[in-house]
Amino acid sequence: MVITNPILQLKDVSISYTPGKNAVESVSADIAEKQITAIMGPSGCGKSTLLRAINRMHELYPDIKTTGEILLNGKNILKTNPMEVRRMAGMVFQRPNPFPTMSIYDNVIAGYKLNGISLPKREKDELVEQSLKNVGLWDEVKDSLFKKGTFLSGGQQQRLCIARALSLKPQVLLMDEPTSALDPIATNRIEELLLDLKKEFTIMIVTHNMSQAARISDYSMFMYLGNLIEYDETQKMFTNPSDKRTEEYLTGQFG
Amino acid sequence: MRDIIFKRLLSICCILILLISAGMIYSLVSGSLSAFGHYGFFQFIGSTEWNPHPDRETYGALSFIVGTLLTSFLALIFCIPFSLPVALFTGEFFRGKKIASFISSIIDLLAGIPSIVYGLWGFYTFRPLIIEMGVNAQGFGILTSSIILAIMIIPYASSLSGEFISMVPNELKEAAYSLGATRYEVIRSVTFPAAGSGVFASYILALGRALGETMAVTMLIGNTNNLPTSLADTGNTMASIIANQFGEADGLKLSSLIAIGLLLFLITAIINLVAKLVIKKLN
Amino acid sequence: MSSLKYRTIKDKTFFYVTCFLASLTVVPLFAIIWELIKKGYKQINWNFFTESAPSTLDAMLARNTGDIIPGGIANGITGTLLMVVLAAIIAIPIGILVGIHLSEHPKTKFSYITRFLTDLIQGSPSIVIGIIAYAWIVKPIGSYSALAGSVALSIMMLPLIVRSTEETLKMLPGSLKEAGLALGASYTSVILKVLLPAAFGGLFTGILLAISRVMGETAPLMLTALGSTTINWDIVKPTSAVPLLIWEFYNDPNLIDMIWSSSLFLLILILSLNIIAKQIAKKWRIQ
Repeated sequence: MVITNPILQLKDVSISYTPGKNAVESVSADIAEKQITAIMGPSGCGKSTLLRAINRMHELYPDIKTTGEILLNGKNILKTNPMEVRRMAGMVFQRPNPFPTMSIYDNVIAGYKLNGISLPKREKDELVEQSLKNVGLWDEVKDSLFKKGTFLSGGQQQRLCIARALSLKPQVLLMDEPTSALDPIATNRIEELLLDLKKEFTIMIVTHNMSQAARISDYSMFMYLGNLIEYDETQKMFTNPSDKRTEEYLTGQFG
Repeated sequence: MRDIIFKRLLSICCILILLISAGMIYSLVSGSLSAFGHYGFFQFIGSTEWNPHPDRETYGALSFIVGTLLTSFLALIFCIPFSLPVALFTGEFFRGKKIASFISSIIDLLAGIPSIVYGLWGFYTFRPLIIEMGVNAQGFGILTSSIILAIMIIPYASSLSGEFISMVPNELKEAAYSLGATRYEVIRSVTFPAAGSGVFASYILALGRALGETMAVTMLIGNTNNLPTSLADTGNTMASIIANQFGEADGLKLSSLIAIGLLLFLITAIINLVAKLVIKKLN
Repeated sequence: MSSLKYRTIKDKTFFYVTCFLASLTVVPLFAIIWELIKKGYKQINWNFFTESAPSTLDAMLARNTGDIIPGGIANGITGTLLMVVLAAIIAIPIGILVGIHLSEHPKTKFSYITRFLTDLIQGSPSIVIGIIAYAWIVKPIGSYSALAGSVALSIMMLPLIVRSTEETLKMLPGSLKEAGLALGASYTSVILKVLLPAAFGGLFTGILLAISRVMGETAPLMLTALGSTTINWDIVKPTSAVPLLIWEFYNDPNLIDMIWSSSLFLLILILSLNIIAKQIAKKWRIQ
C-alpha cells in the first residue's frame, strides 16, 4: 500500500521506557491527509506510546527516549520546539479533562490563553462558536458558555476537549482512546463527529475497540509487542489480513 | 527560557530548605559549643546540677531530660485509653458515618487549641482536682503536666491510627466473621495485628509532639531544677527550662540552654524518624 | 471454649465502653470553651479591641474598686497581625514553590532530601525554632523584634505549606498537565495557569491551617518578639502578640482577670480559621 502526499511520516521510530528495552520498535508508516487512521492492538502493545510521541508528550518523563524521525509536512518534529509541535498536533485523551477552573468559553480558547496569545474579543467569540459548532456542542452550551466545563456530561466534556484541540487549528488530531470512558450513546456521537471532522482534519485514533476502528477508520495499523505488524486500508485488513497475528487478533483469539 | 528560569527558581527554593535546616543545626551546635566545651558532652548530659550562682556556676541537663521523657511517656500512656477508642470509633465501628466525621472534626479542633490555653485550663480546673486528690500541696508537678499533655496529644495519636485501622481490608475481616467471630474478636485478632505497626507509628509521632510541648508544661510542672523521682514531684522539662530562663540568660547559662535545645531537637528528630521509617515500611 | 452468650456480652461491653471513652474525648474542647466564655465574656467590649494592655497599677486600682479592668489587647492584636502577615509573606511563596518542585519531581534524590528536611523542620519543637530565630535575627540586630518573631513563625509555617501544596498537586489528575502541554503551552504557564488555579482550594486550606497553627504560638515569640506595652508597627522593635499578652497576664496577679477574655478571643480566632479551612477543603474535594 502506498500513500501519496502523506501529511505525517514515521521513520524508524523507536521508543524506550528503560534503556535497551523498546516499547515501540522501529515503526515506519506514512499517514494520509484528511483521513482517519486507527491504531489497534492488545493492551501494552505500544499503540498509545507511539501516538503520544507525535505530540512529544514523552518529554514530560525524562526516562523515555524517542529515536527515529517523525516528519509533519516534511519537517522533523523531534528537532522542532516541542511547544510548536504540540500546537500543530492536537491531542485528545482517554478521560475527558477540561480545565476545572475555566469556563466552557475559556476552555475552548485555553490553547491561546496558555500560550499567552491575546485575541480581540470578536475573534475569540467567533473561534469559540466555530470550534463548538465543529464538535456539535454549540446548541447545547451556547447559553451556559461561562459555566464551568466540569458541569457537562462525560460525552459533552470530551467534545469540549476536542473543541479545545481544534481551536488551535492543528494539522493532525491525535486521539488516545477518546471514547473508552464514555457510554455507548456518547461514543456514537463522537464517532459521527470524527467522520464529520475528517473533511477538514487528519485524525489518528488509538482504540482497542476493533469494531470502532472498522466503523470509522480509512486506514488501520495493527501493533503487537511494540512492532507494527500490519498497516493497510481498513477494509482490506478486516476482510483479508495478510499477517497471521492480525487475523488471530481480529477474530478474537488473543488480546 | 522562561521555563528554565522557573525551574531554577523551584530548585533554589528547595535549596533554601536545605540551607534553613543546615543553618538550624549550625546555630544550635555553635551555640552549645561553649557549654559542651566547658563541662564535656557526657558530663553535661549526665549531671543533675543546675546552679547559676556566679562563683560555682554549674549546669547539667539530666534532670530536664528525665523530666521531658517522664512527662512525655506518661502522657502517652494516659492518652491510650482515650485515643484508641476514638481510633476504633472513627476507623472501625462508624467508619464513613456522619457521627465518625463529627467526632474526628471535634478531635481535630482539640489540636488547634493553643498550648497556653491548655496551660490555663490545667492551672485553673485541673490543678485544684490534683490538690483535692492529695497528690501534693500545690497541685503542680509531673502528674499534672502529663495529664494535660495526654489530652493535647489525643488528636495526633487518634487521627492517624484511626486511618490505619480503617485501611485494614474488608476481605480480611470478613474471613474472620465467616468463621463465627464476634466483632470484638475480629478487632483483637485481625484488625489490631493488621493495623498494629501503623498504630504504633502514630503513637510515636504523638510522643514527638509531647516531647516538644512547651507552654502548658511550663505552667504546670512547678519549675524546679531537681531530678524528679515520683509522679507527685515537681520538675522542669527541657522545653520549660528554656522558656523560663532563656530571657535572662547569658554566657555559659545561655550556651547551656541552647545545648539543651540541641538535645531536644535531636531527641524529637530521632523519634520522628523512627515513626516515619515504620510508616514507610508499611507502604 | 467460652459460651456464645459470654462472647456476645464481651462483644457488646467492648463496643459500649469504646463508644463511651471516645465520646469522653470531646469533653475537653467544650469544657475549655465553656470556661473561657464563662470567665471572659464580661471583659470583652469595644475598648478591649482598641486599647493597649493596662499597667499593673491601673489594674490594681480597678480591682480594688471592683470595676472591670480598663484597657484591652490592641497591642497584642496588632502585633499578632503584623507577625503573622510577615511570616505568611515569607513562607507562602517559598512553600508553594518547593511543593511544586516536590510534586513535579517526586522521585529524585534531591526531592527525597528536601522532603526529609521539611519533615525535620516540621518536627522541631517550637521552642527550638525560637532559639534559632534568636540566633539568626535577635543576636545580629541586638534587639528583640517583630521580624525575629515572624522568622520563627515562618519556619514553622513553611513545612506545613510545602506538604499541603505537594499533597494537593498530587491529587490533581495527571491528564490536566498533559492537556495543557498538548496545547503547546509552556511548562511555566501550565503550572501557573492550569495546575495552581485547579489546586487553589487545597492550597488555601493549607495556608489557613498553617496560619491558625502559628497564631497561638507563645514559646518561640518569648525568645524573639519579647513583647511591648504599646502598639508597634516597626518590624525591628520588640512587639507584643495575643499569646504573649496572655503569658504576661498570667504572671501578673493584678492582670490575671484579663487572661480569660484574651484566651477566648485567641481561641475563637483560631478555631474559626480552622473550621473555615476545613469547610473549604470539603467543598473543594467535592468539586
